[in-house]
Amino acid sequence: MAYKIIASQCTACSACEPECPNVAIREKNGIFVIDPKKCTECIGYFDEPKCVEVCPVENTCVIDKAYPRYQAA
Amino acid sequence: MQAKTAFVGVGDIKPVTPLRQLLEKVAEHKGCGTSGGSGKASCGSSGGPQDMDPEVWEKVKNHPCYSEEAHHHYARMHVAVAPACNIQCNYCNRKYDCANESRPGVMSEKLTPEQASKKVLAVASAIPQMTVLGIAGPGDPLANPAKTFKTFELISKSAPDIKLCLSTNGLTLLDYVDTIAAFNVDHVTITVNMVDPEIGQHIYPWIYYKKKRYTGIEAARILTERQMQGLEMLTERKILCKINSVMIPGINDKHLVEVNRAVKQRGAFLHNIMPLISAPEHGTVFGLNGQRGPTAQELKALQDACEGEMNMMRHCRQCRADAVGLLGEDRSAEFTSAKIESMEVTYDAQSRKAYQETVERERQATVAAKAAEQEQLSRLADAQAIGMLIAVATKGHGKINEHFGHATEFQIYEVNAKGAKFVGHRRVDLYCQGGYGEEESLVTVIRAINDCHAVFVAKIGGCPKDDLKKAGIDPVEKYAHQFIEQSAITYFMEYVTKVKAGEIIHQVRGDADIRQGAYIAAA
Repeated sequence: MAYKIIASQCTACSACEPECPNVAIREKNGIFVIDPKKCTECIGYFDEPKCVEVCPVENTCVIDKAYPRYQAA
Repeated sequence: MQAKTAFVGVGDIKPVTPLRQLLEKVAEHKGCGTSGGSGKASCGSSGGPQDMDPEVWEKVKNHPCYSEEAHHHYARMHVAVAPACNIQCNYCNRKYDCANESRPGVMSEKLTPEQASKKVLAVASAIPQMTVLGIAGPGDPLANPAKTFKTFELISKSAPDIKLCLSTNGLTLLDYVDTIAAFNVDHVTITVNMVDPEIGQHIYPWIYYKKKRYTGIEAARILTERQMQGLEMLTERKILCKINSVMIPGINDKHLVEVNRAVKQRGAFLHNIMPLISAPEHGTVFGLNGQRGPTAQELKALQDACEGEMNMMRHCRQCRADAVGLLGEDRSAEFTSAKIESMEVTYDAQSRKAYQETVERERQATVAAKAAEQEQLSRLADAQAIGMLIAVATKGHGKINEHFGHATEFQIYEVNAKGAKFVGHRRVDLYCQGGYGEEESLVTVIRAINDCHAVFVAKIGGCPKDDLKKAGIDPVEKYAHQFIEQSAITYFMEYVTKVKAGEIIHQVRGDADIRQGAYIAAA
């Protein structure tokens, strides 16, 4: 699985963008999106996903169940 | 200040901290800014640099946020280029954004550094008294270092006469002190709500520091350590530091005296204690759990208690991250990106300078105007036991020049045997809209200035006049278009004489409300 940003809750503050170790987050038409192909849920980098930790709105960066759980290589 | 420079003695000063000591001297002496305990209002009785260090005076004299007197004449603007933040405060909710609301952290339009630079030039051309550009958010400028410093770089090239300042929570300040100094940013505001992590944990649920979220006491401990070190490093580099503190009754209200002491020790120049803005509709933790803000008397008592230690700022309007104009007015709606695109921008440094010289003459006239009254007052022995607050409707220029019904705020002056001094302001709803007043708004106005004995206005209608009298507030029109402080002293002397003659009985007034909620700017 990957993380996703719930667009209706996102304040577009951009705090998550530079924190992502996979450079998976970018701004798209004023809102921020996570590229599920690049997201590793921070596994292998950190104990906690960085976007979740830095986001000012709770429960806005959440697991996207549409994708299978990330497997570390 | 020559005398004081000699007093400190060049030999006594440690090489790394000359300004800190100098500033403490200035703070003790109540030289400038937000009026000291001496009772002399505003920036010294002579309005000039002789009662403070010329170097400091030069830096603050046209900075509306650093000098109480300057804020009547000079304008500032904030550009909202810094959306990200690295800490969470219980009085802030980043989701809330409304064009009709005026409080820190709120803005309607996020700008890129390039857009911000263009906006600054457009505003500076339209408003020649615009002297200061600040980056205050809506997040933390230093959590967006690339955008913040790019903006400074662009503006210092295109409009070098504009002063740069920034306002930060201080968490990453240490990392950027040298960059701040390199960009000639000479004013930095740090928000310090506590110096004790036990208290801090009730204000900050978490911080994000060095790639990790911290919570509770640990978060507050890291924050306060970083803030204090950052403050020390800035003052060592002769960068003027103002401290903002939010007064939260029951949480840090008593503790702020300790904060005041801690920041003064580290060389802060000015302390701004602001009332908590808290309402359920803001969606903040404090708003939702019913945490109240302080009353006018509580706020003033705390400010008075800290004033013995250092200069207090009392004219803060807790403005938006994209505010434009004089403090107390917001012209941000005139300068949206779309409007700027269609504006013809010609940056004329010469005419700006000429305008600012006019302003300088005007403010010196304000100070000179009250000299005779001040002298008379000092000889009026009966004044000793009496003090009062006076609310003033003003559009600026140090004069009573606003209609009661058009006032969106009242400035509050304290008058006693020592003289007249600005001690704050009260925001009120527009009482008069469309030519007639509404009863309910008048009640709000009276509540906001209920601690005042009189209200000075340029003009006032019959109905509100009667209601004010019933509430025990004297509506005064006779000083219309005259200088505020001069008129306040004259009124006070007449009042004292009447009390002495037994014509009136002096009574102590009650408390007043600090207005919460949305501020609807005059459209």
